[in-house]
Amino acid sequence: MMKEAFKLKAADLAKEIKEGSLKGEDLFLDFKERAKQIDSSLHSFVEIYDEPQSTKGDSSLKGIPIAIKDNICIRGKRITCGSKILDSHISVYDATVVKRLKEAGLLILGTTNMDEFAFGSSTENSCYGPTRNPWNLERVPGGSSGGSTAAVAARLIPFALGSDTGGSIRQPASFCGVVGFKPTYGRVSRFGLVAFGSSLDQIGPITTNFVDCAHLLNIICGFDKLDSTSAKLEVCDFTKALVDQIKDIKIGLPLEYFKEGLDEEVKDAVEKAAKLLEKKGAKILDISLPHTEYAVATYYIIACSEASSNLQRYDGVKYGLRAKADNLIDSYKKTRRDGFGEEAKRRIFLGTHSLSSGYYDAYYLRALKVRTLIKNDFQEAFEKVDVILTPSSPTSAFKIGEKADDPLSMYLSDIYTISVNLAGLPAVSFPCGFTKDNLPIGVQLIGRPFDEETLIRAGFTYQNLTDYCKQLPKIAYA
Amino acid sequence: MIEKKTVKYIANLARIEINEEEKEFLQSQLSKILDYIDKLKELDIEKVAPTRGTFLQGNILRQDKSKKSEVFEDILKNTPEILNNHFKIPKVI
Repeated sequence: MMKEAFKLKAADLAKEIKEGSLKGEDLFLDFKERAKQIDSSLHSFVEIYDEPQSTKGDSSLKGIPIAIKDNICIRGKRITCGSKILDSHISVYDATVVKRLKEAGLLILGTTNMDEFAFGSSTENSCYGPTRNPWNLERVPGGSSGGSTAAVAARLIPFALGSDTGGSIRQPASFCGVVGFKPTYGRVSRFGLVAFGSSLDQIGPITTNFVDCAHLLNIICGFDKLDSTSAKLEVCDFTKALVDQIKDIKIGLPLEYFKEGLDEEVKDAVEKAAKLLEKKGAKILDISLPHTEYAVATYYIIACSEASSNLQRYDGVKYGLRAKADNLIDSYKKTRRDGFGEEAKRRIFLGTHSLSSGYYDAYYLRALKVRTLIKNDFQEAFEKVDVILTPSSPTSAFKIGEKADDPLSMYLSDIYTISVNLAGLPAVSFPCGFTKDNLPIGVQLIGRPFDEETLIRAGFTYQNLTDYCKQLPKIAYA
Repeated sequence: MIEKKTVKYIANLARIEINEEEKEFLQSQLSKILDYIDKLKELDIEKVAPTRGTFLQGNILRQDKSKKSEVFEDILKNTPEILNNHFKIPKVI
């Protein structure tokens, strides 16, 4: 590999490609070798491709390799969602984000591991086995985009795409020490993203720094007529938000996010991050998001209801696994018995129950109403502040297997990220320190609807003041 | 506590076959999760409108025009069983 290219920003590598001192195809091969060598101990990839798919397009990131979470369609390639039920399904079309990446000249290196259908917070629920955290192989990388965040953290790839339904980009980004950005609902087309919770799902970039994040957002954001929830809004050039100045920004700290359950080391690091931004000129205010304690319950009703409905399509008729049976109904039942893993079944059951006659009002409709209260909390807060700063997760990365038998405690590890999806807001997690065991800690910034720029500006300013993003796990040098 | 017969009923609605052991396991786990979710009953929500999605722009419509599929054969390649370019399924009745 070009001398330590893996340490460089994607945007800088792209400049060298433009200037002719580096070739995209060579960079692809270098990262491929690197990924093949190091990933045997991480298991962050599901598949690593031999050849780049397209080299024709152009952009500020032309020639840079990228990895894609395995729930986003790449034409002619296998898609698994970490599930047995998709069997050896080959995508028949490109997701809009993939089409845009190809048109921008990026080189897709492979697909990354994930919790089955994005159901999880640890990437332990994949039918291909767990991904490991590059900072400590006994720990989870977070989830469900844990394959993408682990691969980026170990610099097996300059950046990756993930998807975020309740924190699946931001929580693993915080566990792995990288930048994970969830854009506003409607900002990025979900055409070709395998649906989990359709009122919550959003695709976003996972990068090592805010510069690459802004460049990648420029490529994937924007209206798409193939996604009926896609926002018909102009998209600005996000690289213009890479400005080292936050004097005009008011930052709110929600009291409810700093209460019991939050690890002391995480709390200290996040409060220090707030202080640093204050020193740089931002104004810090205490705010309240009073319905925070209801977010996890609300989310699991809504997300599981939508998931149970979306996953009805896996019936063994048109594609995927089909179990043998004498009649159609039994074929459905046996196919779904054999194809879905434990967590997927649990969520389908919870969702089916919430939507079933007699329980609909008590669970689903009630959750939709509480969602309104949670959304209103944010609306009121944004009358006083421009961004909200919180921890990304209550703890640093937990041990593999630690929460496997306790789904509720697993669900609670998303407590700081899920309200954002319920309200549809943009948010980003980025590194703000390390525990004494040398595990990354993440801080989250939440923005107003469609105001990704302020998040980029604040994050970029913070990264210029610190060097957490420049620290690499030892495995990156293996 | 959710009843065992409810778990059986949901399994049928969800079209997932489960054995006796799984039934008990799901009964205990779903009960714990639903106990936690009961927290939502603390709130007075009578006058609150439901939120079904965020920043939705109403119905997005397009003309219902047919066009020739470019991926017809690729789709059938993913199908477990086909018969004369149709999806073949086990008998219905």
